[in-house]
Amino acid sequence: MDFGGINPVILIASLMVAAVPIMLAALGELVVEKAGVLNLGVEGMMIVGAICGFITAVHTGSPVMGFLGGAVGGAALSLVFAFLTQVLLANQVATGLALTLFGLGFASLMGQGYNGIKPPPTLSVPMGPLADIPVLGPILFDHDWMVYMSIALVALVWWVLKATRLGLIIRAVGESHDAAHALGYKVNRIRLGCIAFGGAMAGLGGAYISLVRVPQWVDGITAGAGWIALAIVVFASWRPWRVLIGAYLFGGITVLQLNLQAAGSAIPVEYLSMSPYLITILVLVIMSSGRGRAALNAPASLGQNFHAAR
Amino acid sequence: MLRLEKRPTPSQFWLYATPVVAVLLTMIAGGILFGLLGKNPVAVIKTIFWDPIFGEFAFYLRGQLLVKAGPLILIAIGLSLGFRAGIWNIGAEGQYIMGAICGAGVALALYPTESRLVFPLAILAGALGGWAWAMIPAILKTRFNTNEILVSLMLVYVAETILAKASTGFLRNPEGAGFPGSRSFSTFKAASNPELIAGSGLHWGGVAALATGVAAYVLLSRHILGFQIKLAGQAPRAARFHGVNPEKLVLLCMGLSGALAGLAGLFEVTGPAGKISIDFNVGYGFTAIIVAFLGRLNPLGIVLAGFLMALTYVGGEMAATNMGLPSAAIQVFQGMLLFFLLGVDVLTNYRIRSAFMGAR
Repeated sequence: MDFGGINPVILIASLMVAAVPIMLAALGELVVEKAGVLNLGVEGMMIVGAICGFITAVHTGSPVMGFLGGAVGGAALSLVFAFLTQVLLANQVATGLALTLFGLGFASLMGQGYNGIKPPPTLSVPMGPLADIPVLGPILFDHDWMVYMSIALVALVWWVLKATRLGLIIRAVGESHDAAHALGYKVNRIRLGCIAFGGAMAGLGGAYISLVRVPQWVDGITAGAGWIALAIVVFASWRPWRVLIGAYLFGGITVLQLNLQAAGSAIPVEYLSMSPYLITILVLVIMSSGRGRAALNAPASLGQNFHAAR
Repeated sequence: MLRLEKRPTPSQFWLYATPVVAVLLTMIAGGILFGLLGKNPVAVIKTIFWDPIFGEFAFYLRGQLLVKAGPLILIAIGLSLGFRAGIWNIGAEGQYIMGAICGAGVALALYPTESRLVFPLAILAGALGGWAWAMIPAILKTRFNTNEILVSLMLVYVAETILAKASTGFLRNPEGAGFPGSRSFSTFKAASNPELIAGSGLHWGGVAALATGVAAYVLLSRHILGFQIKLAGQAPRAARFHGVNPEKLVLLCMGLSGALAGLAGLFEVTGPAGKISIDFNVGYGFTAIIVAFLGRLNPLGIVLAGFLMALTYVGGEMAATNMGLPSAAIQVFQGMLLFFLLGVDVLTNYRIRSAFMGAR
């Protein structure tokens, strides 16, 4: 059951793996933006998470510790952003860019001497006979635990934002920080927490790239995944389940173009490898046009700093 | 407990002092970083900031300063106009690459014509290439309200793929025995961009950078357009009442910064880089963002900042060859500079008050 040398079952199974990094990072950024903060440093936090996770996993021999290390690394870097924008009230766009520039350099500095090492493997969750079911088995029951956890995290974020008090506070801070402040919420502290969560998620996504997706350390390993994650938040119009759809869509495109390259398609390799970026642009255009439908859903205080006068 | 109090007007003193303080803080933090890497911090800082200007090999390195500062200044001035108006073109690296490919493509198409017109034509094509690449996010923004930050950045990856295709495919040297990379411009006199004064490092790109600095200064301080750019950034609502067309401003600022980045790419590829190769771009388009902020988005400040950033490149290379400092450490150093700059900037707009001491 192959189409042009590509097996659709394997394609779907591998797109679920390919989607994990951008899904985690986009989900984190969604929470950050819901709290009214625009952190453009996702790419930097992801790559720092990738190297932190890789180093931790190599030294402890445990992928779980690796993912934890990646999350801590991403969160640590995001705290720099939080300090600059929430305490020193620096411009969020510029600080986010600084985070990416710094993160790329810092990761490549930390990663020296780690090239060519294999990290400890992250194995599939044993599901017994379920994995042997034709078609559904490889798609649903033959993945590593991070694939399932990423979906669980989407559900968790959706539930927290929709149905809990915490979610309501986060949304209030993002929609109108003045009103939230007047109600007695500590706007900057809540935002700080959200930024740290976003950093941990980006770091987790980065660690997934270096521990499972690739799996080894090379400079610039994230290759724009952080920026695609930012685009997915817009695509999802700030809704968690749409982040999942967006991430699977982009994972699908990435996997499909890689498969087409491997299958020796007539389309030149260069055009295939630029396709995820071009499709990101196309999706942004579609989502943003039409009387700014995506923009209507954007948190009202997005990108604005809050300074309590008293 | 410390708290911040907004100043009625930005402090003139801190406006100029923050870049200096940020550089000093970066030197200290960078020194700690270099110390952690097992190098002598003082020696590394001296190698980066002192030796290229006054050291043993300064006669050569001073020229290198201008070579690196030229493209940085050229790109940063373009970016600063947009940044001032709240238009974030962060894909200058892509526009730089496309300018180089278009300019070099036109020149190489005319090979081996030895006409005086080849180089001016290449310059024009380079500027147009960068302009066109920047118009994509600009038009998408004005027509479809698309975020220009994400689009311009995505186009950097697309441009890098086109560059790979150019150097291995359509611009590859037909006499290069199949190796990637275009024909070398040093053997194509009509299109090459040589050093104008031997040993100075000055080529047409440097001339263009300094001229652009002056032009941008005049634009911002004397021309209505400069006023509109500043107004749109500081008070978008007031700008609309003043009759500023925001869409026109987006097209203009993006186009201008794209054209300047394209020019920088063309001058680089025909001069110091020498040919189109898969990795001729070294991230000037991204470093220029730091230069623009370090220069406080002010043309003359950017010229100074460009030289300072060039110093970290040249001195960083020195430290890499002489002391084994990893080249990524310089990238970290440059990133730290931007952090400190953005952090210290709080002093321009806010006063720090201590809650214990009461109002002074």
